[in-house]
Parts: sequence; C-alpha cells; structure tokens
Amino acid sequence: MSKKLLSGPYLVWMVGFTVIPLLLIVYYGLTDRTGAFTLANIISITTAEHAKALWLSLGLSFVSTLICLVLAYPLAMILRKRGIGKGSFVVFIFILPMWMNFLLRTLAWQTLLERNGVINGILSSLHLPTQSLINTPGAIVLGMVYNFLPFMVLPIYNVLCKIDDNTINAAQDLGANFWQTLVLIWFPLSVPGIISGITMVFVPALTTFVISNLLGGSKILLIGNVIEQEFTRGSNWHLGSGLSLVLMVFILASMALIAKYDKNGEGSAF
Amino acid sequence: MKKNSFGMILALALGSCAVLGGCGGKGGNSGSQGDAGEVYVYNWGEYIDEEVISMFEEETGIKVIYDMFETNEDMYPVIEAGGRTYDVVCPSDYMIQKMVENNMLAEINFENVPNVSQIDPLYMERSKSFDPENKYSVPYCWGTVGILYNTSMVAPEDVPTRWSDLWDEKFNGEILMQDSVRDAFMVALKSLGHSMNSTDEAELLEAKDLLIRQKPLVQAYVIDQVRDKMIGGEAAVGVIYSGEMLYIQEEVAAQGLAYDLEYVIPQEGTNVWIDSWVIPSNAKNKENAEAWINFLCRPEIAKMNFEYITYATPNKGAFDLLDEELQNNKALFPDIESLDNCEVFQYLGDEVDSIYNDLWKEVKSN
Repeated sequence: MSKKLLSGPYLVWMVGFTVIPLLLIVYYGLTDRTGAFTLANIISITTAEHAKALWLSLGLSFVSTLICLVLAYPLAMILRKRGIGKGSFVVFIFILPMWMNFLLRTLAWQTLLERNGVINGILSSLHLPTQSLINTPGAIVLGMVYNFLPFMVLPIYNVLCKIDDNTINAAQDLGANFWQTLVLIWFPLSVPGIISGITMVFVPALTTFVISNLLGGSKILLIGNVIEQEFTRGSNWHLGSGLSLVLMVFILASMALIAKYDKNGEGSAF
Repeated sequence: MKKNSFGMILALALGSCAVLGGCGGKGGNSGSQGDAGEVYVYNWGEYIDEEVISMFEEETGIKVIYDMFETNEDMYPVIEAGGRTYDVVCPSDYMIQKMVENNMLAEINFENVPNVSQIDPLYMERSKSFDPENKYSVPYCWGTVGILYNTSMVAPEDVPTRWSDLWDEKFNGEILMQDSVRDAFMVALKSLGHSMNSTDEAELLEAKDLLIRQKPLVQAYVIDQVRDKMIGGEAAVGVIYSGEMLYIQEEVAAQGLAYDLEYVIPQEGTNVWIDSWVIPSNAKNKENAEAWINFLCRPEIAKMNFEYITYATPNKGAFDLLDEELQNNKALFPDIESLDNCEVFQYLGDEVDSIYNDLWKEVKSN
C-alpha cells in the first residue's frame, strides 16, 4: 500500500505529461479540421516538400551523430585514463556550457559565424579571404555537434569507467596491439554507452528546428521546421501532429534497429 | 507590429525573470485602486509608454489590467475562447476584418470617444478596407513595408527603387527577406503588378515561382533580425517594416557607423498596415474601454506613445506637436503620393490562407 502511494506522483506525472499529450497528438494526427478520421496528415509526408525536409533532416542528423561519435570516443578514453579525480574535473568543464541556455549558445554561434562575425574578423585581419559560413548546412551540423556533443561523451565516459583495467591489461599481456585492443575489447564493452549516446544525439538532432532557424537563415527547411510552422503559423495542428507521428515512427524504428544490433553483438543493452 | 518575436526568444533564453520584467505593466499598476471599475487591455508587447497607463488610472480612477500578445495569431484564439475576457484589444488590419466577419467585435459608441476627431481622416478612410463603415476600430499605429539599403554597399546607380530590384543578380547573397508568408508573397505579387490580397491561383503560382527564383540570391529569411543584421552591415538590402526606421537611424548615429541605412518605398506599391483599437463583443467594461481609447487619442498622449513606440501615429494632433525634423522623416511619414499603389492586408479566409501556406512551404523547401 505504502509503495503504491509513493509511486502516485510519478504515475500522475507520466499520465499527465506523457500519456495524455501523446494521445492528443495521435488524435490530432488522425483527424482533420472537422474531426473526422483521416490518414491524409500521415500520408502527406510523401509530398515533395515534406519528404525532402525529412530526408535532409535524416542526413544532417546522421552526419552530426557520426561526428559526435568520432569526437567523443577518443575524448572519453582520454578522460578515463586521467583517473577519476582529474577526469571528472575535465568532464565538469566540458558540461559547464550546458548550464547556459541552449538558445543563447546557438545565438552566440550566429555572432561567430556571421559575415562580419568574429571568425571572419580574425580571417580578414590575417589578410585571408572571408568565408560564408552561416546559413549553410555545414553551420547547422556545427550547431548540432556543438549542442549535442556532451550527450555523446557522458554515456561513453560512464561506460568506459566501468571497464576493469585488468581486462585491458590481460589483452595486452596476451599480445594484442592498440588497434586490436580497441576493436576487440574497448568497442564491444562500450556498446551500451555508444548506443545511448547515439540515441541521445540523433533524436534531438532529427527534431530540432531552432538550430536550423538560427544558423540556417530559415533557408533550409528541416522536418522540425515544417512541424513548428504548422503549429505556429499555418495553425494546422492536424497536419503538424500527423507529421510528428511519422517522425516518431522514424525515431522508434532507429531505436529498434540499434537495440537489435546491440542484442546480437553484446547481449546486454542499457 | 512585429517588433517582439526575437525579443521573445531572448526573453525565453534569459529565463522567466526577463519575461516578468518585460511585462512590468501586467496587472502591476497598483497605484490607484479603481473605484470606477476596471478595464482589461490586450496589446502588443512594448506597444505603449507605461507612463500612459498610470496617467490613465490616475485621471479616470479606472484600474487597468494590462496583458500582452506576440502575434495576431496568438491573440485571436484567446479572444475566441473567451476564457479571459478583454475589454479593448489592438490587432492589425486583416485580423480585425476576420474578427468582424466572425462577429467577435462590438460597435464602438463614438459619443464616448470624442477625441477620435484627432485621427487624420486619411487613416479612417484607409481603415475602410477592413472595417468598411469605421464602426469597430480606431487607428493606433501605422506604417509601411519597404526596402532598407546600406549606402556603402549599394552604389548610387544601383539603389533599389522597385521590388523587382530584389531579383537583381548584383545583390546575390546580399538580400534579407521577410520570413512570413504574407509579407514574402506581398513582395512577389506586387513586383508582378498583382494585388497583395490576390486569391487567384494562377497569380499565386506565378508569385511562388518568382520567390523560388529569388531564393539563391537571398542571404536569409528573417523577421526581427533584419534590423540588427542591417545595422551590423551583414547584407546590402533588406525588406523591413518602417516602424524600425527611427531606431535604426538612432543606432547608426550612436554607433558612429561608416555607412547610412536608407529606406525606400518601392514604386510598385507596398503594404500599409494599421493596428487599431477594437472592443470584443464579450467585453464586460465597454464604457471603460471607450474611455481608454478616447484617452489614447488625446494628442499629448498619442505623442508620448509615438516617442516610445516610434511607429508612425495616425493622430493629426500628435503629429502637429512633433519636431519639424521628425515630421519630415520620410521613412516614418511618407508623402501621400508614394502610397498610391499601396494596399492594406485583408483576411482571405482559411482556405486561401492554407494555399498561401502550402506555396510558401514549397518555396522554403526548394
């Protein structure tokens, strides 16, 4: 009885802020303005504009996730090597920017990348040609990597810390070189961290609309922007919800795919 | 009228303190307790000199409950739902028309608003495009949309005079366009010689193709940022609301910039927008709302608000009180002739709206 009471607040929270909103999205997504059942909102993902936006979002978030992984893994290994005390201080420094608001940090990148921004200011003072950095897909990828990198580093770092030094030493004693240890020992043992890192970067990158708005000059339409505009400007909540459902399917599918990979490779997920 | 959405992002970013700080007027005018009842005011953000609110309370004894909205589209459902009833609201032209068509507005009793005589008849005339008999609205601010250019980046012979100049290759990567459906289509439709309230599908498709052709030349689609980007010298030309001009000119002078920013109303004509006070039909304190409108129409008060908001005032009395320099500021108060081809946005109905939205999406995704 007392256990049930304790779970009460969480239950209310889950129902009120997860289940009901999800059901509302499903309801809106499957109805039209008159309230009649329709699949049109879902099928509209196949129209040229929506499909292109979705494809672009998938592409950019895939690239960002890959870059995050390539950057985060060596960093996590270095942090682990530095030992708990020093390592966690570096981790602390690393996540310090996350205490500042996400929008402010992205706005700061705008100032850095602008034509008369900081980076071009430095380039021109060195008599180098200025670059058009902002309002490009590259700027959006940069914004995603910058904002989501800690979400990749932390889970990998956590899982690497749990690997017993003796396992590594044993591999080296048995004659494995650095690359063999990396591929045969480090990677398999850190799969759960990599997977949770990938999910935590890929999913927000896929759905973002703020980064593409601020760093893409609204010239590059991602699926997140389409949905945002349906809600705020087009005031067609039904279409917006329908597209959100499609996006949810993509997210679930990618998670299922990764989970399946994990099962074959390692056996234990999160 | 679109002054604040960027401000909103910043406010969100800075946390709720900033939002509360920005809403200083919100219900906080505790000075005089109203024995003459209350008036619930719903206005754009930063769209009144807050001093005016306390002056009104002091003089009339009416307590003001002041709330703000961000866009017409935010305001509409609030009034429609009626969960909180407002006595006096300040929407834009096309939105007033939509509210009239949906029977959401009450006729103003002009006997209680004698100061309406201070409003230049010209603007009452223009208001007829959304309020045909001048029954529901009293103009508060107005302005135009035009092209802002940077004098150091645009050679004198290249100075834009027409919307179609925004399709000129020499401005490749130098153009800032408005990131909102109707404003963007206004530019394209006007440059084609069509009405900006067009509902003709062929004309709209033509405008869409034109916007797609322009896209490679456009540096970015922005709303409020056009102001700061132009001041920062990021682009040579930008589409902008005239209301920003006074701020821009002051800022250019204050920063001692090496260039000037000049405002042009394109020859093909442009959007003349008017924000007016209206009274919702479910208002509970209609007479207080009329007292409010009457107070704001008083020339000295309208002048105070003009100096705070810096958007052009339709109040003849207030205009006469201004310095000559301001009166001659053509960006704020353009010559009547240059407004010949101008129009006021009209509400086109939900169906046409969704056509516009779909075409705009095609432009953006291209």
